[in-house]
Amino acid sequence: MEAALRPYLATFSARFQLMLQYRAAALAGFATQCWWGGIHIMVFAAFFAGAGAAARSPISLAQVITYTWLAQGFLSLNPWSGDPDVAAKVRTGAVGYDRLRPVDAYDWWFVNAAAWMTARAAPRAALMFAMTAILFPLAGLSAWAWAPPADLAAALMFTVSMLLVVLLSSSIVMLINICVAATLTDRGVNSFVAPLAILFSGNLIPLPLFPDWARVALFVQPFAGVVDIPFRIYLGQITGWVAWAGLGVQVFWIVVLVGLGRLWMGRVMGRLQVQGG
Amino acid sequence: MDTLRLLRRYFAASLSAQAQYPGTTFLMTFGAFAVTFIDIFAIAALFSRFGKVRGWSFGEVALFYGLVSISFAISDFLTRGFDVLGTEFIRTGNFDRVLLRPRSLAVQLIGYDFRLRCLGRMTQGLVVVAIASQALHFHWTPAALALAAWTVAGGVALFFGLLVLQATLSFWTIEGLEVANVLTYGGVQAAQFPLSLYAPWFRGFLTFVVPLGCVAYFPVVALLGRHDPLGAPDWFLPLSPIFGVVFLAASFWAWRFGVRRYTSTGS
Amino acid sequence: MPQILVEGLAKTYRVAEREPGAWGAVAGLFHRRWRTIEALKGVGFAMERGELVGLIGPNGAGKSTTIKILSGILRPSAGRCEVDGLVPWVQRVKHVARIGVVFGQRTQLWWDLPVIEGFDLLAAIYRVPPDRYRATRDQMVGLMRLERLLGQPVRQLSLGQRMRCEIAAAMLHDPSILFLDEPTIGLDAPSKLAVREFVATLNRERGVTVILTTHDMHDIEALARRVVVIGNGTILADSPYETLRAGVLAERRLHVDFAAEAPAIDIPGVEERARDGRALELAFDPAVVAVPALIARITADHAVEDIRVDEPAIEEVITRFYQLHGAEEA
Repeated sequence: MEAALRPYLATFSARFQLMLQYRAAALAGFATQCWWGGIHIMVFAAFFAGAGAAARSPISLAQVITYTWLAQGFLSLNPWSGDPDVAAKVRTGAVGYDRLRPVDAYDWWFVNAAAWMTARAAPRAALMFAMTAILFPLAGLSAWAWAPPADLAAALMFTVSMLLVVLLSSSIVMLINICVAATLTDRGVNSFVAPLAILFSGNLIPLPLFPDWARVALFVQPFAGVVDIPFRIYLGQITGWVAWAGLGVQVFWIVVLVGLGRLWMGRVMGRLQVQGG
Repeated sequence: MDTLRLLRRYFAASLSAQAQYPGTTFLMTFGAFAVTFIDIFAIAALFSRFGKVRGWSFGEVALFYGLVSISFAISDFLTRGFDVLGTEFIRTGNFDRVLLRPRSLAVQLIGYDFRLRCLGRMTQGLVVVAIASQALHFHWTPAALALAAWTVAGGVALFFGLLVLQATLSFWTIEGLEVANVLTYGGVQAAQFPLSLYAPWFRGFLTFVVPLGCVAYFPVVALLGRHDPLGAPDWFLPLSPIFGVVFLAASFWAWRFGVRRYTSTGS
Repeated sequence: MPQILVEGLAKTYRVAEREPGAWGAVAGLFHRRWRTIEALKGVGFAMERGELVGLIGPNGAGKSTTIKILSGILRPSAGRCEVDGLVPWVQRVKHVARIGVVFGQRTQLWWDLPVIEGFDLLAAIYRVPPDRYRATRDQMVGLMRLERLLGQPVRQLSLGQRMRCEIAAAMLHDPSILFLDEPTIGLDAPSKLAVREFVATLNRERGVTVILTTHDMHDIEALARRVVVIGNGTILADSPYETLRAGVLAERRLHVDFAAEAPAIDIPGVEERARDGRALELAFDPAVVAVPALIARITADHAVEDIRVDEPAIEEVITRFYQLHGAEEA
């Protein structure tokens, strides 16, 4: 078992370390996320400041603020585009080489995508945490800070949920990757997955703020598990069986999307056209 | 003027190149539209739940947003050359070729790549303005159109200036320039909403440092026929887009130092 | 009045020195150490209208710096430079309108556009009047046989085809000076010949002044009567190639194929350079022993099947020259 996992562990580690080298990009990304988070929070605060606003919302301003910082901190875990490595391989025709390795191509790409996303997310999340969870309260800005989890149970479930986020996101990225390999270009598919992912994950505004009639539909769609479900668990905004249902939604979509991905990948790799030269 | 003629030729060349990949071009344009359009769902959701925000209605905020989007889309269309100066021109040494042509550097950079995908955001801006007009039952008089056009012009100048500053920085360093995106894309985000929503220090930044407020908030307040709740005098409101132009002029002044550095140190 | 006048041209760069590694990067933020590099230490020469000059020198010698200053994209630290009465980096627009520059392996044409559309765009950029453009364009297309390439996007052309289009493109605005920076690099043999012939024709029939930098000495052999050698930031030589060769390696070579095993040759002024079975290569100084006399002596004493006289290869001459002047690669 250990031996079978070795190549995957090796590639995860290698890709992870490679991505960590991009320090300037991480800092720039962090600055961007601070700005976006800040603007969103100011706007939310303005809306919540209206008369009777708090009563009309299923989620409080403090929760929205923490939700926003969480979302910005873990932004890189969002499945907005395919793995750039895959796009490069498709462009140069090197994608065929992956079939020569003694590993399963789907798993290989999956592990690489997971490494790519987590390596980009780790430094930014750490910086965001340092600033908004630690510095802000110290500077007297607790009202605008990244609050701690609701309780221990929430924290534990959140951890599990975040692991599922990595798997879920990777499975979506895999679908994009396969699309790139099938269409031989990354330009098309990247353009329309991002808007869907941004809107339905909760990145734009927390999903609970959307109209009440949409609540159930928004809860069960695949993107909810990328941002909304884990962060609402963290906030204790969903607890008990609803929280477990949330984990269930994540797991359900992981299974479905991985299954679909494997099927599709088998077909695509079979009739792979080698481009470039 | 033969500069305009040259720009027309550059545009035809850009079209010709993009027309060779019609599928991709269309998809990216549509993607650009979609990515920017989803914002309106968020805004609509917030308004439907909370009603007005600090005295501003959905239609009014949509108008701010739509006009800023149009400004940025036009600027984006014109400034691709400046955006990729570091990676496509300086790092590759291709900037030498730009210096070797008997034309102004700015004109050549403007003509570098007129990306059709900017039409996606432009369309989004127009659609949002239409939605806003509907929500406000706004009457577009010639005076209103003129003020809107002037506002957009100021906005184009401001965003153009931001891109020129980013390009000037790339004469010194190519890394970490993504930070400049904070001001361009982030600027569009910030200018969507009325300044009165923001904290005072941020308002000051958006008025005096990077005058986004002057090419979005203030003139649109005048367009809506309202007074500025923050107390800016009424005569100032329709004049404020001029600061976008001033910002552009200042950034071109800085640009010259960048070019001078390049010609002194080589590539 | 020379067309190109260069006097006392100097260029110094300051490069920041940094310790390697992460600690060095941090330390570099606080305290910078600067190293000065003198790329040019006082270069001077003049060129008349219509000359074809080869500019050579080891890598890092200052050739590209000189070309960049002459073309106006780099400012010198000191010295004077005038091209057609204009100072290149001061009167940039007027100056570049009169010159054409070709960089080897890089193209100024638009990658996705057909060649002819790229030409048209250049004509617009250089403000060439339509009838003059058409005449020049057709001439260049005819000269370089580009007819079948005109409709193809530049990205589909081979390197050789691209270079031919590139030189044609550089001529469309009828410049009086052509700077060619390594134009034959990476080209196959027929393409190199085609490019050389093209350049020779342009110089001969249109009177275009040409400055050619190259590492391929056969370009020099084929084209340049006058050679300017830059090494260590200064001019080491500025003369016809013959003169340079005579000063470095005046010897000639004699290649002999004997009927039997090559014998030992003992003639004053003659040295053995290489031996391979029945073939022998001798070096001799024509001032000491004349060619006919040497041939006569060898054929008189031995049975000879074939004889050939030539000069040392130009690469050898140039390498020797660099060594003599301590001007090897910087």
